[in-house]
Amino acid sequence: MLNYIWFGLMAIALVVAAFNGTAGAVTQGAIDSAKTAVEISLGLIGIMTLWLGIMRVAEKAGLIALLGRALRPVSRLLFPGIPSDHPAIGAMIMNVAANMLGLSNAATPFGIKAMEELQELNPKKDTASNAMVTFLTLNTAGIQLIPATIIGVLAAAGAKSPTAIISTTIVSTLCGALAAVTTAKILQRFFPE
Amino acid sequence: MIRSALEAVSLWAIPVLLVGIPLAGIIRGVKVYDVFIEGAKDGFQVAVRIIPFLVGILVAIGMFRGSGAMDLLTNALRPVLSRTIIPAEVFPLIVLRPLSGSGSLALATDLIKRFGPDSLMGRTAATLYGSSETLFYVLAVYFGAIGVKRTRHMIPSAIVGDVVAALVAVAVCAWLF
Repeated sequence: MLNYIWFGLMAIALVVAAFNGTAGAVTQGAIDSAKTAVEISLGLIGIMTLWLGIMRVAEKAGLIALLGRALRPVSRLLFPGIPSDHPAIGAMIMNVAANMLGLSNAATPFGIKAMEELQELNPKKDTASNAMVTFLTLNTAGIQLIPATIIGVLAAAGAKSPTAIISTTIVSTLCGALAAVTTAKILQRFFPE
Repeated sequence: MIRSALEAVSLWAIPVLLVGIPLAGIIRGVKVYDVFIEGAKDGFQVAVRIIPFLVGILVAIGMFRGSGAMDLLTNALRPVLSRTIIPAEVFPLIVLRPLSGSGSLALATDLIKRFGPDSLMGRTAATLYGSSETLFYVLAVYFGAIGVKRTRHMIPSAIVGDVVAALVAVAVCAWLF
């Protein structure tokens, strides 16, 4: 699927550029994006190293397994087949919790750690497992208690009550998360592992 | 009250975790520094492993945005949108949100400035931006880090979630504000 979407986006860009005369902007878009992608990746090195180290300490201290056992009912429902004291469960919980608090710097390393743990249980290494898809749909739904970035934008624009959108954001993000996870659970049997 | 409590948690979470986790390790008799180094060794490789995936995805999206295809799509769908509750002005934001984080933030900021931060349109734009994550970034980073290429039902499931979140955001804002 990603193959077609990837090619489709670039093909549409070329066709539209031919009509709009925006070939220059398409070229610039490609070059700038390549640069941004590398900057993002390299920018992750420091925090990734820090949190992967701390995560290993948490694992050895038994904290990750403890977290998994504490939230067993939820993890059984979402990730059947993954033992609740498996490090993957703890890492996924840490990722969701960090996202909720708006700590996206810490959330990314936790999430990658979770994916690595899930990959060890995955029989086909180039194909996503059901647990990976469920976890990432939950992740892209972006459940956040305080959407700090956009509140900052509202405040900077001189809003009288920039935090008015907290309630509307929580309602829509929860509905989105529920819909995404339910869809993933229904669709998983139509996409062979 | 709840808000300031949450803000305090966000502020203190990182320092407390950075000290609390090794403290738990010390209590359990873990050689915390040695174990930290052992875990931290992978950080560099993971970050570098993501590069090809992220370059591929971001370049395709950068080209798509540069071409002006977004405006074309919005104009083509304008008559259809006028029959729904979705204002044509926020439609590009709904489409761009899963594709590009920086792009959708720029669009949301523009809408907030143009219509005012306390207007219905401004608040709808802010809610739309806050109500989901950038799907294709998540896809590139997390699947890239472990080398998964076949994403199965990931994209359709996430898009269903994004559409539901967007519709609820528009409806709730129209009702509340």
